[in-house]
Amino acid sequence: MTIPSETTAEPATVTASADSGGAPVGRSPGQLMWRRFRRDPTGMASAVIVLFFILVAIGAPLISMLYGKDPYTQYGQERPDLLNEFGYPLGANGGISSEFWFGIEPGLGRDVFMQLVYGIRTSLLIALVATIATTLIGIVIGIVAGYVGGRTDYFIGRVIDVLLSFPSTLFIIAFMPVLENLMVKPDEETPVWLRAASLIIFLTVFGWAALARLLRGNVLSLREREFVEAAKVTGASPARIVFKELLPNLWTPILIQSTLLLPALVTSEAALSFLGVGMIEPTPDWGRMFLRGTEVYTDDITYLMFPGIALLIFVIAFNLLGDSVRDAFDPKIRR
Amino acid sequence: MQPLLELKGLTKYFPVTGGFIFKRQVGNVHAVDGVDLKVGEGETVGLVGESGCGKSTLGRLAARLYEPTFGKVLYRGQDISTASRRELKPIRPEIQMIFQDPYSSLNPRQTVGAIISGPMEINGINPPGGHEKRVRELLETVGLNPEHYNRFPHEFSGGQRQRIGIARALALNPKLIIADEPVSALDVSIQAQVINLLQELQRDLGIAFLFIAHDLAVVRHFSQRVAVMYLGKVVEVGDRESIYLRPRHPYTHALLSAVPEATVEDEPRQRIRLAGDVPSPINPPTGCRFRTRCWKAQERCAEEAPPLIQLAGNREGHLTACHFPEAPTTSGEDVVLDPALA
Ligand SMILES: Nc1ncnc2c1ncn2[C@@H]1O[C@H](COP(=O)(O)OP(=O)(O)O)[C@@H](O)[C@H]1O
Ligand code: SF4
Ligand SMILES: [Mg+2]
Repeated sequence: MTIPSETTAEPATVTASADSGGAPVGRSPGQLMWRRFRRDPTGMASAVIVLFFILVAIGAPLISMLYGKDPYTQYGQERPDLLNEFGYPLGANGGISSEFWFGIEPGLGRDVFMQLVYGIRTSLLIALVATIATTLIGIVIGIVAGYVGGRTDYFIGRVIDVLLSFPSTLFIIAFMPVLENLMVKPDEETPVWLRAASLIIFLTVFGWAALARLLRGNVLSLREREFVEAAKVTGASPARIVFKELLPNLWTPILIQSTLLLPALVTSEAALSFLGVGMIEPTPDWGRMFLRGTEVYTDDITYLMFPGIALLIFVIAFNLLGDSVRDAFDPKIRR
Repeated sequence: MQPLLELKGLTKYFPVTGGFIFKRQVGNVHAVDGVDLKVGEGETVGLVGESGCGKSTLGRLAARLYEPTFGKVLYRGQDISTASRRELKPIRPEIQMIFQDPYSSLNPRQTVGAIISGPMEINGINPPGGHEKRVRELLETVGLNPEHYNRFPHEFSGGQRQRIGIARALALNPKLIIADEPVSALDVSIQAQVINLLQELQRDLGIAFLFIAHDLAVVRHFSQRVAVMYLGKVVEVGDRESIYLRPRHPYTHALLSAVPEATVEDEPRQRIRLAGDVPSPINPPTGCRFRTRCWKAQERCAEEAPPLIQLAGNREGHLTACHFPEAPTTSGEDVVLDPALA
């Protein structure tokens, strides 16, 4: 016996309208999902917040132009009225003023608002590239393992086991200096692109396994569905079966996983920068602002607040968005 | 005359693996074991047996979804049992399948139009007036509203979905349709409608059918010939009258006694209750596979597998595999093997 597909749980009213004629155009599962999503206030609110962060990241140069400052200039060093003799802002609340919206960075005296905007841009960009790479690799390997099966599947399965049980953060912390020694001469500075590229590669290498395992399981069960056999009986090629029969049924888990993966990678990137193996000065970075913040928080708590609250809002909103997307796709698991 | 489809000694074993960490083969599921069967051009053959006896496996072997372990599948005399996808290409359109589960047999992400025109796309068939026109015609043929072209499977009931599956099978103008329990997942009230549709199509289009069912009632009016399967083997095969009115194999008798409308005559019908379950196809009984549940079993049945032969007094083509066959009638003493069932 085969288990009826998830779509059997669709409301009976839809079936009834099919019987009685009605509009000739049907609603695809994707359209139904979008309708359910639009009716979910949490989902819509978190989508707006996430979109806001993305717009900030994209529009950083524009914001910088309108605001009239950049994240590199050390305003505190140039103007004596901003920092005291110990390097801390003279003004109250970390030097917040109509000129410096989020205050001034202790020590170097850079503008905090601009640092945060550009820091979000850096972290989001790295996380986004890593998410796309992770998702693509996960899709390809997951489908290959599930569809080809046999030895290939067994081999891929063991690689996934190893990767998922690997202490990846520890590995990155230990390996990043080694990599830098190999790639950069002692008298040169580490180029920014090298750090960015190695971060993306590390995050991707350790990230694809979870999605691949999930998709492999999905493909295994889809492969047994009779519509795949129906396609084979009519002479469909393996490529057609993968792209036309399997892939359209995998968009749900892929979309859910990547909306949950992106915030996870943003925090990973921030954590690695915080631990000193992420982005380096002077490139503004969300995680490194944290690092600096913990160094100065006893004297200037404001500097830690802005990146902290921003990251908190971002991660919570993105995770709520992921949950809403999942609920909209699969109304049965709604609590 | 050459049959359209001929199965010769067809056998399919599925490996059973076991062991911890290192998988190794510990046995075989003898799903189909040495089946000979022919389907003529335009002929309707019913294949009946309890669930798990290998009917679906046989159907999938005939449609070349599986490659046989031993034996041959001949289509118009051509051996297709090990043919590659490319070699099968010209034959694929002629052999189509209708599946058991109307929910898993249609891709939930494709519209009805895409589902039915897919086979034409794959085979490069461009009917006059285009794919959409042909799909609308097919929808009408199977009794659906052609305006539902752009709808998705979840908007249809089980019976309607099964009709979509039938339209898909018809899209390539097949010569043979293998219908694997096409109505057993449907409500009883809808089963008859779908069977009538298939019967009409069969008559109008002259398509040969291998119609799989798990009881004899469903195929009674549909099939010119009927084959009865038990644990991977055909135990009796013959024309409709021979099987329904003059069955010889004890298992056929048992199946018939479970069919409410089996006796046309007014004579009292024999009632048989089978004891126990179907034995495991991993370790099928020696000799005759039915002997663990057969009321006529003797020592010889355990030692010697009965060959599928024409018994004295049987019609041409009516073959039975039994050492001690029953009388050719559907009436007789009641047989109750398990006192608990009496
Ligand atoms: N792909 C498979 N792998 C392993 N065993 C299978 C497979 N398909 C079927 N079987 C086994 O083969 C036997 C016959 O199954 P099937 O042909 O589906 O029977 P039926 O259609 O008559 O119910 C069953 O015991 C089943 O468990
Ligand atoms: S061969 Fe023996 S066991 Fe098998 S059906 Fe005939 S009588 Fe029964
Ligand atoms: Mg079956």
